Amino acid sequence: MIPLSWYLLVAAALFCIGLYGVMARRNAVAILMSVELMLNAVNINLIAFWRYHAQPVGGELVWLGQPTGLAWAIFVLALAAAEAVVGLALLISVYRQRESVIAEELDTLRF
Amino acid sequence: MVQQIVFIIISTLTLIMAWVVVTNRNLFHAALALMATFLGVAALYATLEAGFLAAAQLLVYIGAISILVIFAIMMTRRLMQTTETSFNSQWVMGAITSLVLFGVMAFVILQFWGFEPGEPPFGMAPTAPEGLIASSVEILGISLVNPEAYVLPFELTSLLLLAALVGAVVVAWPERKE
Amino acid sequence: MSEETLTLFTWLVPAGPLLAFFLIILLFNRNKTLSWITAWAGIFASLFFGWTVALTVFFEGIEDLYALAHHPEVIESAIAWLPFGESIEGWLFMGVMVDPLTAVMLFMVPFATAMILVYSVGYHRWGLGPGDHVVLGAPNHAGIEPLFARFFALMSLFAGGMLALVVSDNLLLLFMGWEIMGLCSYMLIGFWYAREYEDPKSTPPRRAAVKAFMTTRAADVVMLLGIVFFYRVFGTLNFSEALSAESLATAADVVGFGALGLMALFLFTGTVGKSAQWPLHVWLPDAMEGPTPVSAVIHAAAMVSAGVYLIVRIFPLIAVAMEGLPVVGIIIAGIGAFTAIMAATIALAQYDVKRVLAYSTISQLGFMVAAIGIGAYVAAAFHLITHAFFKALLFLGSGSIIHGMEYGAEVVHDHHTDPQDMRNMGGLRHKMPITFWTFVAGGFALAGFPFVTAGFWSKDEIFAEAWFQGTHGNPMAIVVFIVLAIAALLTAFYTARQIALTFLGEPRTELAEHAHESDAFMTIPLVLLSLFAIAFGWLGIPDNFLGTDGIFYNYFHHFVGVTVEERFVELNELGIHVHEIATLPWEWLPLITSLVVALGGLFLGWWVYGRDPLAAGEPDPMEEPLGPVWDFLYWKWYWDELYHAVFVEPVEYFSDTVVYQLVDKGLIDGTLHLIGRGVYGVGAYFKGFEETVISDGVDAVKDGFLDMSREMRTIQSGKLQEYVLVSAGIASVLAILILAINFDVLNPVFEWWNNVWINVILPF
Repeated sequence: MIPLSWYLLVAAALFCIGLYGVMARRNAVAILMSVELMLNAVNINLIAFWRYHAQPVGGELVWLGQPTGLAWAIFVLALAAAEAVVGLALLISVYRQRESVIAEELDTLRF
Repeated sequence: MVQQIVFIIISTLTLIMAWVVVTNRNLFHAALALMATFLGVAALYATLEAGFLAAAQLLVYIGAISILVIFAIMMTRRLMQTTETSFNSQWVMGAITSLVLFGVMAFVILQFWGFEPGEPPFGMAPTAPEGLIASSVEILGISLVNPEAYVLPFELTSLLLLAALVGAVVVAWPERKE
Repeated sequence: MSEETLTLFTWLVPAGPLLAFFLIILLFNRNKTLSWITAWAGIFASLFFGWTVALTVFFEGIEDLYALAHHPEVIESAIAWLPFGESIEGWLFMGVMVDPLTAVMLFMVPFATAMILVYSVGYHRWGLGPGDHVVLGAPNHAGIEPLFARFFALMSLFAGGMLALVVSDNLLLLFMGWEIMGLCSYMLIGFWYAREYEDPKSTPPRRAAVKAFMTTRAADVVMLLGIVFFYRVFGTLNFSEALSAESLATAADVVGFGALGLMALFLFTGTVGKSAQWPLHVWLPDAMEGPTPVSAVIHAAAMVSAGVYLIVRIFPLIAVAMEGLPVVGIIIAGIGAFTAIMAATIALAQYDVKRVLAYSTISQLGFMVAAIGIGAYVAAAFHLITHAFFKALLFLGSGSIIHGMEYGAEVVHDHHTDPQDMRNMGGLRHKMPITFWTFVAGGFALAGFPFVTAGFWSKDEIFAEAWFQGTHGNPMAIVVFIVLAIAALLTAFYTARQIALTFLGEPRTELAEHAHESDAFMTIPLVLLSLFAIAFGWLGIPDNFLGTDGIFYNYFHHFVGVTVEERFVELNELGIHVHEIATLPWEWLPLITSLVVALGGLFLGWWVYGRDPLAAGEPDPMEEPLGPVWDFLYWKWYWDELYHAVFVEPVEYFSDTVVYQLVDKGLIDGTLHLIGRGVYGVGAYFKGFEETVISDGVDAVKDGFLDMSREMRTIQSGKLQEYVLVSAGIASVLAILILAINFDVLNPVFEWWNNVWINVILPF
């Protein structure tokens, strides 16, 4: 008895919390964690739409169980794993060179 | 009713834990909260009858990514100290922007799908034919190796994972002294 | 052999060389030995699969020709490949198909290519050291070719493209193979990209490669248009579906003969480019700049054969189009016949041993195209195959000659005498006996030496067909007959000239004096190819040769003829009258013509050049009597100059005067200068103003701008999170705006602005 919009609202909230973390946290590891939150929010959306996607068959709305949403959620999962691996490797590499992972201090690309 | 109450509890806990992730000064605690958030999201998947994905979430996110994050925190020792402020100077603007964006999204969502529980498809989940939920994993598996569905993205993903693996090793390798 | 195995074999035919290409490029490109072994493995795998399939089909034909006629597509297999619409019917299919025509091609292409690849190992001096002066991209006369692996990789890809084209069951896959060959020909003609010539009139390999690529590309665009047209009309690109009798009859009803004729001509344009027919023949002689095995593969096994193969493959379409619109046949036959005689005359006056062969290729391709133009389907295919064998032989032979001459050049340290110029040769008969005898076999096949050689039988079939058509109500065919007869006479003449200048007499230079026979890698393919250059023609002796009955059997004609025979009968039943593929009644005149032109040409050539061999420094005996005509022929009818004057120079002139001088310098620069001058004037005015009146004020403005830019500079902070914040902020603002417009919130604002616009601003 849960309407679709509830899931979408939770996902939106999670996404915005993650976005806030990305914008406001100083520590790069924390930023990465926030990005993971945003990716999770997207996945909730995908799965919710997958479960609520019904098609009219003979005048009735029927859930057909096409795998599209699930498949893309799996891909997002794999991409998130790849992103986390590369991101953390970059962080460790940066930390070795500069003894810091504060995002504000990594501003070589200015002016 | 029970479903709704369960949903509200799960989602509230998830969001609170997410909040902890982005606000806690101690990164280690934040990482633990991140695990809790992932768990909550997995529970949400379960309420959506996507059991396989919930299991995958447990394995990949909690089993792998969170552990990776904790390792990274431990390997960069200075992160464990909590003396510095954890937010940068633009946190107020960031908070406002996030809130506005949430407002916009919530508005759109409510405009399109409404808040009240009601009839399928959007007021409640459409009923699935007998056995289809159970076989959804099978359908997914077949579609991932079906040349007319997702075999190409699937293979590309595997390639990407390999590339990420190699790339991570290369990037994190200690610099050789010439 | 079971059907599945055969199908699998057919799929595997192009796979070997393609796989070899990737293996060499990705893994073995540093190891020269391993790269040629890989290339050999690939092509010999193709040879095995191709011959198995071809011979199986051939024996099926011998066993039961009638059954084969009713179902010529022995092997058909396709996979859905590219979604083209919403339903499964909307998929493009890619597949293989083998009918008797494909079978004979599968017999020829892998064999000729394999021989060429065997030969290449010797040609690029495998086994020698690197030599003293190694320049990447230049021929290395003293040691192994530095880009050895690249050569074998590209040759494998070339072969793979050709084989894919041959086994293809649809125009799209055919076009892909076609374009793969176009790319490979570009890279292989320009293989010696660092080579330069002192003479500004000669074309270095780089330019030759670009020329070949651009010329064929121009034709391919039109061909692609034809393919799209084909799909539009038939709804499929599959040969056997689209070119079935019902489909052709329906198409003729629906779109008319005019459209079919246009489509045939569009596709034929591809042939004109690929098979170097006039007016797009200019690329092929310059393609001689590539290594000789490349010339052989371009001229015999692959590239130019592909062009003729295309029109033979779509012959039912051409036949139907010709029936409704005779001008299609006149254009095709006219281009073919004109090309045949034009190229034959040019070949008379060339000195470069490879260039003579290049023009003879153009001429012989003209024979095939002219044959298609008068409806002689089998004759064209027959000449295609025999020509491929003897022309591959001749090219490899000429490469062996050049090799011997280059060896002589190394011995006497003479690097200024051109080793390819026939005036510098002579007397090579004793130095290179194997090359001599095989070259004679190939040359006689090209000249059409009676009864023995393959070239005689295939040319004879074209003559017989032309004569038959000509005496049965097609005046065009008589013209074709006469023109081709003259061209054949010239062919025999210049072949005799080439053999005499190269091999007979005494050596005219030190190079020829010190030349020696090439190694076994090069001579063995020559011997094998010469066997086919002679014996293959015996498969095509006319049924009732010399009026006999039952002694001879024209295997080739019956076997390849059944590819379309049944279809043409059906077409006639459906009311479209096409020439049936039938056994011709015996006529003496074509045979006498072939005998006269072949023997007469050879005799004349021997009389002019062989009886009294050229001495060193002597001019060509034909040069003086021909006078200005000789120059005209020597400069190849001035086609290059004409094209330069008509196409290249106007474009350059247009670019220079109109685009550069007028638009760029006049219009754009002028405008900019005007603005510049205006701004300069304004600046001068302000300068005076500032200096006299408000220096301080301007300083203040300047300071203000400076401060502002300092402020603005902070936007570019390099801080990731600020960028995220800005993008998120902009995204939310945009989202809010879009929502506001969607929900009509902004309507009052628009109305207010409308009022202001109409009532306040417009009245001004």
